[in-house]
Amino acid sequence: MPIFIAAFALAGCGSKNVADPNTVTVWHWMSDRDEAFLELARRFEAETQIKVRFELYAPSEAYAQRVKASAQTNTLPDVYGVLGEKRDFASFINSGYVADLTQALNAADAAGSVWKDGVFEKALSVNEFLPENEYSVKPGIYGVPIDVTTIQMVYNKSNYAKAGLDPEKPPVTWDEFVAHTRVLKEKGIPRMVSGFGEIWMIEALATNFAMNAMGEEKVFDTFRGKVPYTDPDWVRVLGLFKQMADEGMLVEGTVTMVNKTAEQTFANERATYAFNGSWGINVYKGMNPELKYGAMLPPSLVTSRPMKIWGGAGSSFVVNAKSPNAENAMKFLRWLTGPEAQAYLSKETVNLPSSKTALKDVPPVLAEFADDMQNATHPNVYPVHESPVVTEAFNKGIQSILIGEKTPEQIAQEVQRIKEKESKKK
Amino acid sequence: MNLQKARNVLGNYVFVIPAALLFFTFSLYPFFKVFQLSITNWDGISPNMNYIGLANFKDLFFDNPTFWLSMKNAFYVTFLALAIQNLLALFLALICDRDIRGGNVYRVIFYLPPVLSGIVVGLIWNWIYDGNYGLLNHFLSFIGLGDLSRAWLSDSKTALICVAIIHMWKGFGWGFVILLAGLQSIPRDLYEAARVDGANSWVVFKNITAPLMIPVFVLVSILTILGTMQIFDIIIATTGGGPGYHTEVPITRIVSTMIGSSKFGYACAMGVTFGLILLAISMVQIRVSKAMRQV
Repeated sequence: MPIFIAAFALAGCGSKNVADPNTVTVWHWMSDRDEAFLELARRFEAETQIKVRFELYAPSEAYAQRVKASAQTNTLPDVYGVLGEKRDFASFINSGYVADLTQALNAADAAGSVWKDGVFEKALSVNEFLPENEYSVKPGIYGVPIDVTTIQMVYNKSNYAKAGLDPEKPPVTWDEFVAHTRVLKEKGIPRMVSGFGEIWMIEALATNFAMNAMGEEKVFDTFRGKVPYTDPDWVRVLGLFKQMADEGMLVEGTVTMVNKTAEQTFANERATYAFNGSWGINVYKGMNPELKYGAMLPPSLVTSRPMKIWGGAGSSFVVNAKSPNAENAMKFLRWLTGPEAQAYLSKETVNLPSSKTALKDVPPVLAEFADDMQNATHPNVYPVHESPVVTEAFNKGIQSILIGEKTPEQIAQEVQRIKEKESKKK
Repeated sequence: MNLQKARNVLGNYVFVIPAALLFFTFSLYPFFKVFQLSITNWDGISPNMNYIGLANFKDLFFDNPTFWLSMKNAFYVTFLALAIQNLLALFLALICDRDIRGGNVYRVIFYLPPVLSGIVVGLIWNWIYDGNYGLLNHFLSFIGLGDLSRAWLSDSKTALICVAIIHMWKGFGWGFVILLAGLQSIPRDLYEAARVDGANSWVVFKNITAPLMIPVFVLVSILTILGTMQIFDIIIATTGGGPGYHTEVPITRIVSTMIGSSKFGYACAMGVTFGLILLAISMVQIRVSKAMRQV
């Protein structure tokens, strides 16, 4: 019995986030950045005498569940990240778990500099809710980005040279891309890889093509239910994946490949192109430091419209609205997104910094990704979002096209049918 | 005297309370909570839950073909596991039941796959099934069957059976250990008596081993069904449920509904339905086994 009581007492202590007024507790999921975070916490403490305790909970799926469970029991730490889509973020805010940082971000420090001005607007906008947003969240900024990510393409320059292609001239248009892959195929050089087993990667690429082919507004009108998925533009987008399958553009197995494997495949030079995020640079560097590659935008279908890619904030932190340490937590986040901390984080983890001033010190390949930031939009800032059920049907449908099981027209009809069904439920 | 009796009874309850509390907290409460959540539209985050009656169940039964397709996939893998995995386990257990040289080594080898993490096993088999550099394709080319080479896990015709093979490879060790324990509990003098009467191996198996092993067969079958229907980690590590919906199983659907779509209440309804189906299957199986024993 005493053991039992002691166990329960200990369990109680363990589950409760003990508030120490001079310690800011941060929960994160980024195992590759843990050491850098610990060093930054040491530096911050030395500067301010405010202790910061980073706690790592990986992988990200387990982290997301932990945060959700802690929200239910009011045991969230002072600083944490909300993983998931915008609707999850909105639900956290509407439930009172996230502090509004708007005032702090607009406030000037002793030197007169405003926190918000030092951070990339596009990265910050991911954490912003505009007036009359679809989730009924009070307008404001609720999180700060600690890095910036773009999801685009990389190509292997050595493979290009082997195939007799100019390593400094990656394809810009779809036609060029097809032509280049044909040359690579003739030379027996493997072509494109991506983690299409993680279906959101398919969604990212398909959305890039769709935005380019028909323009943002038409894509949003599709989400609103005003344009059907059977529209010729959508069928054309789906047709690109059929062409990828027919031309043998993809490395065998790409359709069910997880992104980690896709990254290994590209790093080991078993693919010439990869559709991947800027985080991949760190992976490639770790696996094959000699890899010669460059960044490129996905090939565009029409040159009159820009090729929009996914990007913006990579990882963001929020402050617990119920935290007794909220003030210190904000102080720490301001410091973490400042030029010095960002430059250190970027150098150590090879990620794009969220601080504008820290950008000048990034490595060359990362700078190429940074150049394409102007084309990046985070899906979270779209004014309207597609139902997850429809999105899943669309992504899975593309997998079916890639394995030659269904045609673009069939998938367009199936997705439209699901869209109509979901619209009726609303 | 009454006071003494009351003290004894109370004392007994005091000893039971810790176990009861643990059981209520970690088993009964979550069990009933899932039922409660299944009739809400809770998103897993908000403190508010709206009761929506049986709407989740109605949608699941009449408007969610993907879930039932995933159920069909799970039944397919389960059928293969029941037939092939358990037969293999029984065959190996029968061999190891004899006093063969190095019997213990075989036991350890056969029991290794089940103790490996499903994710690790999935990643190893990914490498075997790889379309470009996979061992299987390499082997097929070596024996002159290179035409059969393919990306096994990305092909709609082979993805599910490939996942089933991984599951069976990982799972047969459990059945092997349980069946071997069952075989070793059969009194040896029964076999000796049968041999004296001139029975051959098949007759001995049919009339002594099989009837006495029925409870063990039932146990292994139930564990196989419950374990296989809940297959998840191998699929996550290999196909993610794709290509298309070809390797989706109920647990992947529940997880994607819960996390991907933030429909926690709906996912609970899926869980309840799935749990009831498993319960029904187990009940039928126990009844059938009882009937078999009476025969």
